[in-house]
Parts: sequence; structure tokens; C-alpha cells
Amino acid sequence: MGSVSVEIAPEQSVQPAAGQAGTASLTQAFYMLLRRDLILAYRHRSELANPLLFFIIVVTLFPLGVSPEPGLLQTIAPGVIWVAALLATMLSLDSMFRSDFDDGALEQMLLSPHPTALLVLAKVSAHWLVTGLPLLVLAPFLGVLLFLPDRATGTLMLTLVLGTPVLSLVGAIGVALTVGLRRGGLLLSLLVLPLYVPLLIFAASAVQAAGVGLPVTGQLYFLAALLVLALSLAPLATGAALRISVS
Amino acid sequence: MEDREQPKLEAVELVCVRDERTLLDGLQFGLGPGEIAQVEGPNGSGKTTLLRVICGLTSPDSGDVRWCGMSIQESRFEYFGAVAYIGHAHGVKAELTPIENLQMARALGKARPGVDMIEALDRVGLWGYEHVPSSTLSAGQRRRVALARLLVADAPLWVLDEPFTALDRAGRRDIEAMLMDHAAAGGMAILTTHHVVELGDCTVTRIQLDG
Repeated sequence: MGSVSVEIAPEQSVQPAAGQAGTASLTQAFYMLLRRDLILAYRHRSELANPLLFFIIVVTLFPLGVSPEPGLLQTIAPGVIWVAALLATMLSLDSMFRSDFDDGALEQMLLSPHPTALLVLAKVSAHWLVTGLPLLVLAPFLGVLLFLPDRATGTLMLTLVLGTPVLSLVGAIGVALTVGLRRGGLLLSLLVLPLYVPLLIFAASAVQAAGVGLPVTGQLYFLAALLVLALSLAPLATGAALRISVS
Repeated sequence: MEDREQPKLEAVELVCVRDERTLLDGLQFGLGPGEIAQVEGPNGSGKTTLLRVICGLTSPDSGDVRWCGMSIQESRFEYFGAVAYIGHAHGVKAELTPIENLQMARALGKARPGVDMIEALDRVGLWGYEHVPSSTLSAGQRRRVALARLLVADAPLWVLDEPFTALDRAGRRDIEAMLMDHAAAGGMAILTTHHVVELGDCTVTRIQLDG
């Protein structure tokens, strides 16, 4: 037993040194790209706040514009929160590849010997961390504002945990296709919104069902399936789309 | 397959048509270790297109670019590890410091062993600017950051689109020295420029494109 552990130890200590000298490892590239995008987001804090404020303002306008009556608000709450989250994400999508495209950093990324899909995944993860995650944190408070029943709050969070990464992943395909166009905004909405529809239907219906005490397992499984599908296929499609946009 | 140890870039019968204009018409050339190719031609004659085709960013309409005898479409990721490209948009992030830019370049590509990033920045004349945001640097200094990427990456093939843009005379000489060192070490480079480049006794191939 003792001899085995002695044999393994030097091997482990050699590996990081080798990685430092030669090709940077894929995990390192992934981590550095994620870190770079988070630093960039931090240095553009005001842009970061924009979709979040939009999310809050849209949701708070409903009691003022529709009716302050708790019963009605309770009924529309799941849909309103989800539609607002969806539109807030749409608002932030364009920035995902725009500046990289303009300053040539995207070309450098595509010329990397690492698989493009995984580098794309790093960028999408960074996008989710700065837009999806804050939405997730704010959602329960906005739920209270719209008289969402306490028992539905957990489900709302779960749908957002499963759904917001899909928004970023699927959105990335649309952005990658339109980043080369000067005015791709309208086209982006037309491309991406139809793909968001199933997500919206299942997520809102899950929260609605949880509010009246019905089981929501089916909807949550469907959302989880969408997430797995998007996670495995969207980065590949985004990578291919970026190559087309750059050429 | 036998000349795999000897890296070599070949362009075979490249044809490229953009907006019904034929930019490259059966272009053919080879580039071996220690050689530098300079692409010349008037504006709009397809110099940038040629470089992008060589990098694999744009596909040619017909013809092939080969690296070590293999089409770059087939050995894409192996080839990408061997090429360093600086385009018109040089890929320097304005919000990041020069050091952070180089760190990113190292992580994305193949890092050259034993090269310090501070040293590389010093070499391109950016000593003392390592930790200021690149947005505060001048256009020429930003291009120098991009050129420092060549020093920290271990790429035998440099593809440079107008590397001398915005550079002062001293900067131009620095780049010429870098190119000569690179060629002396067995590297190869292909560049476009309207300047007269003085590269000592390097083998310089001229590729003439006519509009």
C-alpha cells in the first residue's frame, strides 16, 4: 500500500509544471476566459445593472398598470416574472460577443487550439453569472410584491435555476449568428424568442400549478431536459455560428 | 508525411471571390522555415482576405492551404496551435491591462516556455505600462501590446496584417528586429505592409496581388 502512494505522488507533482511550460491546458483556458469576462463585466458595472433594473421596473409596473388587487396579481405573477426575466435576458444578450467581435478578440478566440464549443461555454457561463444569477436572487422579492403564494416561491426559484441558463445558452446561438450584422437587434429577437416559448410555457405553468398546490414534477423534468439539451448542443451551434459570422 | 519535422506552409491554387470580384485567382506559394513573405498590392486587392484565408478564418472558394503537407481544414486545431495572427482589429481588450491581455493570449494559445510577460512588454517598449488599463494607451501602444503576444506565444508562423500601422519609427525597428530574430530561430512570417521593410539578410518572398 505504501509503495503505491509513493508512486502516485511524484506523477501528480510533475503534471502542473508540464502544463505551465507547454500548451496551456483546456481547464486553464476555460477558467481564464471566464475570469476575463467577469473582470470585463465588473469594469462595466453600469451596463450590468441595466437588465436588472429593467426586470425590477417591469414587474413593479404591473400592480400600478393592471390592478393592485391581490387575487389578480397572484394569477398573473408567474407569467409576469418569467416574461420580464426573458426580456431582461434578451436585453443583455447583444453584449455577449459584440465587443469581442469589434476589437478582434473573437478572432483570437476562434484561432485558439482549444475546442471552440468549450470556450463558448466559458463565455456563456460568465454571461449567466452576471445576468441570470442576479435575476434568480431578485425573483423571490418580486414574487412577494405580486402576492405569489409562499409555497410557489420554491418552484419559481427552481424554474429559474433550470431556465435562465437555457436563456443564455440559446440566446448565444442567436447572438453568434447576428453579431456580424450592423443592425441585428430585430433579427435576434425573431430568431431567439420562438425558441424561448416552450421554456416560458412550462416554467410559468409550473409556478402556477405550485401556487394552487398541484404537483409540478412533470414541468420541472421538462425544463431539466431542455437545460441538458441546450448545454450539450448550444455551444457547438454557437461555435459554428461564430465561425460563419467572422468569415 | 515525411517532411512533418520541417514545418512548411503551402498555398495551393487559392481562388477567392468577394462580391463578384475575383481577389485571388489561382495563387500559389510556399513558405519554409526562416522565410518571410511580404504581400503587396493596392488597397482592395485582397491582402487581408489572403491572410484570413491563410489563418483559416475564411474559407477559400477553391484551393487549399496546407501546413506540413496537411490541409488546414483537416488539422485545424494542430494548425491553430502553430499560428499567431494579428489582424486589423488587433484583439487587445481596452478594459484590461497589457499584462491581463497577455495572460489571456497565453491561456488561449501555446505559451512559449521561459518567457516572462514583463520582459515581453519591455521588449516592445511598454515598460512601466504593465498595469494601466489599455484604454489609456495610445493606438500605437495598443498595437505594441498585440505584438507582444507574438513573444509570449510559441507559434512558428506569424500572420501579420499591417503590423506597422500607428507605430513610430522606433516601434517599426523593434518589429523588424523581432521578425529577424524569429526568422533566425527558424520561424516564418507572412505580412502585409505599405512600408519598406528592412529585414537584413532574411529571405523575403514578395507576393504581388493586383487589384
